[in-house]
Amino acid sequence: MAVESSQLPPALADDQSKRLLIRRLKSMVRSILIHAGLIPAAFVFLLPFLWMLSTSLKPDVQFYSYPPVLIPSPLQWSNFPDAVTYITFFLYMRNTLTIAVLATVGVLISSSLVAYSLARIPWPGRNILFILTLATLMLPFQVTMIPLFIVFKNFGWVNSWLPLIVPHWFGGALYIFLLRQFFMTIPMELSEAARIDGASELKIYYSVLLPLSKPALATVAIFEFIARWRDYIGPLIYLSDQELYTLSLGIYEYQSQYGAEWGLLMAASVMITLPIILLFFFLQKTFVQGIALTGIKG
Amino acid sequence: MATALTTENLPRRRLSQGTRHTINGLLFASPWIVGLLAFWIYPTLASAYYSFTKYNGVRNPQWTGISNYVELFTNDSEFLDAVYNTVYFAVVSIPLAIIFAFGLALMLNAKIRAQVVYRTIYFLPTLVPEVALALVWLFIFTPHSGLIAAPFRAFGMRGPCWLTCADWARPTLVLLALWIIGQQIILYLAGLQDVPQDLYDAADVDGANFLSKFRNVTVPILTPVIFFHLVTSVIGALNFFAIPYIMTGGTGFPANSTLFYSIYLYKNAFHYLVMGYASAMAWLLFVFTLVVTLLIWRSARLWVFYAGGEE
Repeated sequence: MAVESSQLPPALADDQSKRLLIRRLKSMVRSILIHAGLIPAAFVFLLPFLWMLSTSLKPDVQFYSYPPVLIPSPLQWSNFPDAVTYITFFLYMRNTLTIAVLATVGVLISSSLVAYSLARIPWPGRNILFILTLATLMLPFQVTMIPLFIVFKNFGWVNSWLPLIVPHWFGGALYIFLLRQFFMTIPMELSEAARIDGASELKIYYSVLLPLSKPALATVAIFEFIARWRDYIGPLIYLSDQELYTLSLGIYEYQSQYGAEWGLLMAASVMITLPIILLFFFLQKTFVQGIALTGIKG
Repeated sequence: MATALTTENLPRRRLSQGTRHTINGLLFASPWIVGLLAFWIYPTLASAYYSFTKYNGVRNPQWTGISNYVELFTNDSEFLDAVYNTVYFAVVSIPLAIIFAFGLALMLNAKIRAQVVYRTIYFLPTLVPEVALALVWLFIFTPHSGLIAAPFRAFGMRGPCWLTCADWARPTLVLLALWIIGQQIILYLAGLQDVPQDLYDAADVDGANFLSKFRNVTVPILTPVIFFHLVTSVIGALNFFAIPYIMTGGTGFPANSTLFYSIYLYKNAFHYLVMGYASAMAWLLFVFTLVVTLLIWRSARLWVFYAGGEE
């Protein structure tokens, strides 16, 4: 732009630089207006987390103080060590972690195998299987909830982690869908070349497809891990022994008939939330791509 | 492992490639075929059967015909409350969620600084475990003394009663649900980034202003995303469980205004142990979900625009 205007007669150049100025002003006003919309929204979205953090560092007397205190003084750091001893916090965390990791490993292995079958092996019936897979996404969980409970009860699995882990070793519909879509984008020639070389399907799956699908596999792993970490209704239905509790059940123990230990409760909530937020920060790109991928179906 | 062994041991020459593909396809899909049968198809059929029985989960189910369904509609005011609350929640919260998620995504898409920071912040509440989120909200929304009361107190008012009175409990939950639209914002943002720039350029040449570009380019291109959001959020709204359950302890307090369909179903199944009755509720929900989804799907022809012509 600048170069062009220097070649123009002075009057015109002046006119053009004026127009440029107006345009710049316009875009500045526009971006100010946009930030004026985005910043209050950001504040509202942050509020629960900010308040959680703030309360976790407050002494009892400041919980309901008016005007509200965002940054307490002095900071009551002792809420954190108190929170992990008031309930068996680390036991619950280990339980939650065990369930989440085992379920995630299972869902990764099984879903990727099934997605491989649907995307890379031409066999009759795979379309029917794919449609059935999508159909389960429409099925409310309440429909299968009761019979599954009965089945697991007959297995003697109620009040154990098995109902929260084992089903995930048989694949998850959403993940099968995601991985299938991803596997379809990998050129078929790669598989065919390997087949001609005499590689078995398992070999192709393991040494051709999987290494090329790391981003999609990471997406599945994160989604499943977080879903299990946050899961509430599963543990609620199946776990009754306190030693087996996950964090989402254990956290209730900060509440008693005399009211809640809000400071400790919020300190624990911060500790439960932080690992996921850190995970999100480090793997933000994978996350966003994964979510965008779920929408492709449209 | 098993797969490799089986295919290796089969007399390869005699199997046509088609047969080999079928065997391998079935083997690779076998975990899910078993899972589909055991965790989806069998339970769905079993719950249909239970819905026609009296069943407490211990003794054998006793066939009672359609009496569970009749009872639900004629003799259970809590059921009707739950239906009303759930439909209210879906009808009010879904359009609001679409408007807010779309609006925020639009603003985010306007090539501004710190886009990633905003996106992260908007996404944050969806990462907080539901239990923690529900309890923080409970704390914030304590009437007259919680954080939410502060702005009202500044003007010497008492402010609404939020979750403690029937008139306010439902709108409060709708409001709270608007906090967890981070995933949808990301979906819309991804959709917006896919809008071909030449469409806007063409509109510019035609002298279109911001509003007409929005109406004639942005919205049509994003209708598939809105469609996807609509379908998934109907299912989500009908399944709304953890947050109200945690906030009210599943009591439906006050005056059943927070008794959602899923909560009442859960209580019937696992508190009152009337599992046949709860199964009837589950199947009604299933049929209702199917009908609504199908209606949305059929309506898609009228308003969803696919850039590639078909699909």
